Amino acid sequence: MSNDVKPRIELKAISKAFPGVLANDAVSFKVEPGEIHALLGENGAGKSTLVKMIYGIMQPDAGDIIWDGEPVTVTNPKAARKMGVGMVFQHFSLFEAMTVLENIALGMDGSISQSSLEEKIREVLHTYDLKLDPHRVVSTLSVGERQRIEIVRSLLLEPRLLIMDEPTSVLTPQEVGQLFETLRRLSKTGCSILYISHKLHEIRDLCEAATILRAGQVVGDCDPRQETPKSMAEMMIGGNLKQISKAVKREFGEDRFVADGLTIAGDGDFGVALDDICFAVRAGEIFGIAGVAGNGQNELLLALSGEQPSAHGNAIRLDGKPIASMDVTGRRSLGLCSVPEERNGHGAVVDFNLTDNTLLTARDRMGLASHGIVLGRAANAFARMVIDDFAVKTTGPGSLAGSLSGGNLQKFIMGREILQNPEVLVVSQPTWGVDAGAAAAIHQSLVDLAESGSAIVVISQDLDELLAISDRLAVINEGRLSKTLKVGEASIDEIGLLMGGVHGDPFATAQMTEAVHAH
Amino acid sequence: MLIELEKRKEPSTAMLYLTPFIAVIATMLAGAVIFTLMGLDGLGAVRKIFLAPLVDSYKWQDLGVKAAPLILIGVGLAIGFRANVWNIGAEGQYVMGGLAGTGVALATWGMTGWWILPLMCIAGIAGGAAYAGIPAFLKTRLNVNEILSSLMLTYVAIQVLYYLMRGPWKDPDGFNFPQTRLFSDDQILPTVVSGTVVHLGVPLAFAVAVAAWLVMTRSVFGFQIRVVGAAPAAARYGGFNTNRTIWAALLAGGGLAGFAGILEAAGPFGQMVPQFPTGYGFTAIIVAFLGRLHPIGIVLAGIILAVTYVGGELAQSSIGLPAAATGVFQAMMLFFLLATDVLVKYRVRFAAPARAGDAT
Repeated sequence: MSNDVKPRIELKAISKAFPGVLANDAVSFKVEPGEIHALLGENGAGKSTLVKMIYGIMQPDAGDIIWDGEPVTVTNPKAARKMGVGMVFQHFSLFEAMTVLENIALGMDGSISQSSLEEKIREVLHTYDLKLDPHRVVSTLSVGERQRIEIVRSLLLEPRLLIMDEPTSVLTPQEVGQLFETLRRLSKTGCSILYISHKLHEIRDLCEAATILRAGQVVGDCDPRQETPKSMAEMMIGGNLKQISKAVKREFGEDRFVADGLTIAGDGDFGVALDDICFAVRAGEIFGIAGVAGNGQNELLLALSGEQPSAHGNAIRLDGKPIASMDVTGRRSLGLCSVPEERNGHGAVVDFNLTDNTLLTARDRMGLASHGIVLGRAANAFARMVIDDFAVKTTGPGSLAGSLSGGNLQKFIMGREILQNPEVLVVSQPTWGVDAGAAAAIHQSLVDLAESGSAIVVISQDLDELLAISDRLAVINEGRLSKTLKVGEASIDEIGLLMGGVHGDPFATAQMTEAVHAH
Repeated sequence: MLIELEKRKEPSTAMLYLTPFIAVIATMLAGAVIFTLMGLDGLGAVRKIFLAPLVDSYKWQDLGVKAAPLILIGVGLAIGFRANVWNIGAEGQYVMGGLAGTGVALATWGMTGWWILPLMCIAGIAGGAAYAGIPAFLKTRLNVNEILSSLMLTYVAIQVLYYLMRGPWKDPDGFNFPQTRLFSDDQILPTVVSGTVVHLGVPLAFAVAVAAWLVMTRSVFGFQIRVVGAAPAAARYGGFNTNRTIWAALLAGGGLAGFAGILEAAGPFGQMVPQFPTGYGFTAIIVAFLGRLHPIGIVLAGIILAVTYVGGELAQSSIGLPAAATGVFQAMMLFFLLATDVLVKYRVRFAAPARAGDAT
């Protein structure tokens, strides 16, 4: 294709190897000026490594980076910024106790006076119609506003390529809408955007071109507007995506698992506690808890699983029995199993083999130990059963948990808990960092467990996941749980407003609604 | 030039077992060089310290007697180290165990019976465990670092020993020497091989190591210790109480150190003297690491360190090596072990320096 406009950036056969893995294998693609280009792939496909090389955090082992038609070597992020590359990371690097202005000033390469910086910030805010008060302290801001700081920080450098790494994973649907509006405006000024995500419907809404990575290689390009999320997902995983089979009309039994005024004090100035959490899950039901990260999900999981017992026994009840003051072992003997968000070092011990990892939670319920003595053969057999029933890809029960890929380890942990036939299962982020194939398998196993009569609580930041598998859901915000909504009747807008922390506060509601209607 | 340590994806297991041997060999080489530079017979010193005790079968009994307390204390410390509980005060617990047992011996002065010796042992274990209970209490209640509290308590224990020797427990018929009465026949450990100094404590130490091995690999308690050390969050998730584990780890370490203490008092010493603390509690830290925190490895490591003690004495008398030489060799061994461990877990990379010229 002959074109007199040179691509903004072109990668030619970029390769990067780490000990044991080839993270990028001869990756080539280009981004045109003003184009919003998606980099699509599952976790571990090599997306992050690739952009880290563009931003100068890492150096490629082989291949060329062509910037505006000139081959360049990006030695460090400072050089990248000088060239005109801006990057907004998934995890923000902000000082909670400082103001927006101070945070931005700290990140500037050159020195600039406070007042002229503020003027420039206001100009950027005005140009892109972003709402942010430069004098607010960061700890008082929502995640979406914090992300805006990072965006402003990049825009101040007048970038010609802006890299966004999984920017929406922490945003409410409304905030996502605002972000997309900003990005579209930016692209109209000629700035290219490299947008990294695995959320397909967002890419379809926003991007004009996409490069799909799988296991470090480019496996295809497409125009997302011409594709369906399903077709892109299949390109991403390289196979067919299984649909979850779930009985349409389901009967629920009695309330099995009830939280009734569960309150946990937080620690530190920026910690989020739990404030009067109430919900009830019936037999056979999957209850979803949505919310933006860091609003008390971790504390809730610890309180429900028993890792953080509460003084008021009645605050949590299982089949009518007060259990909130019981420890983990006591709750587990009553049939309450849990899966924490973090796999490595919380849900599993990475330095132990899979057999030892079954002992961690299943030793009493599955009879893997008696009178304080470990029954090695029983543990080994149970580990083998988990591996077989949940199609965990591993060499056997003797392999270290840390040698499994994220998805396989998650399948193992889920299997270990589900095969204990829990009365109640509490899981947090069941498919976080898991490839689409494994995620589908995990979702199916949760649905099947519910159909056998267990009560299940799923805490997740992935709203699509909750809408797909749960029967009812509530939203957690700043440690408070919203009223319970029926899936299918609740609108995304309503859930999004709750995620943003609107609990019937009239002023805030008006403001948020305005924001929604602006798009 | 910047030196970077990059974590290896999977450290070679063969190397993990080999590093203790590499450390011992590196110690021999470095020791030979250092003592030669000091104008002494370096090669001779290494030969005397590391080989003479092994070659001379008459010295084997000494090896057993020296190794026994090192193994006992090392096994106890390894339990704690596995749980990330860093009890550095085994020396103090060893002294307190010895004192508690001695207290029983003095209280049963003039009595006879088979029960006296077991009672002394129980008192020794209890004394050491109770003394380790202080750092456990401070750690679990007030979050005081156990490294500092246990270490400082060692010096307290030694002062208690000096006080008792010079005051209440001084032998009334001892011409004012600061030491207790000699223990009676019923208070002394019997020898298990007649004609040697090998006392009952030696086979007991080996038996304790085997028992500890079974506990660590086959019991839920051993699993708990390992989980708490490897992943504290996973331990809580698995229903293991961290504070209880800290208590158990410290009590086990203190108890075994106390046991070693009373076995020494009722064995080679046969009484309590101010020279009782000989540094076994500190050397046992090296033993625990050299043995890879594995009870069976600790038996081997205990014997190797016993070799340096016995060999060090030989070298003092035969080639005039200073008494501190033994300590130097032992310390080098720990240094080389830790250094080779780093190299097994990480690879060294020489990275290009960050360019300073880019600053604006």
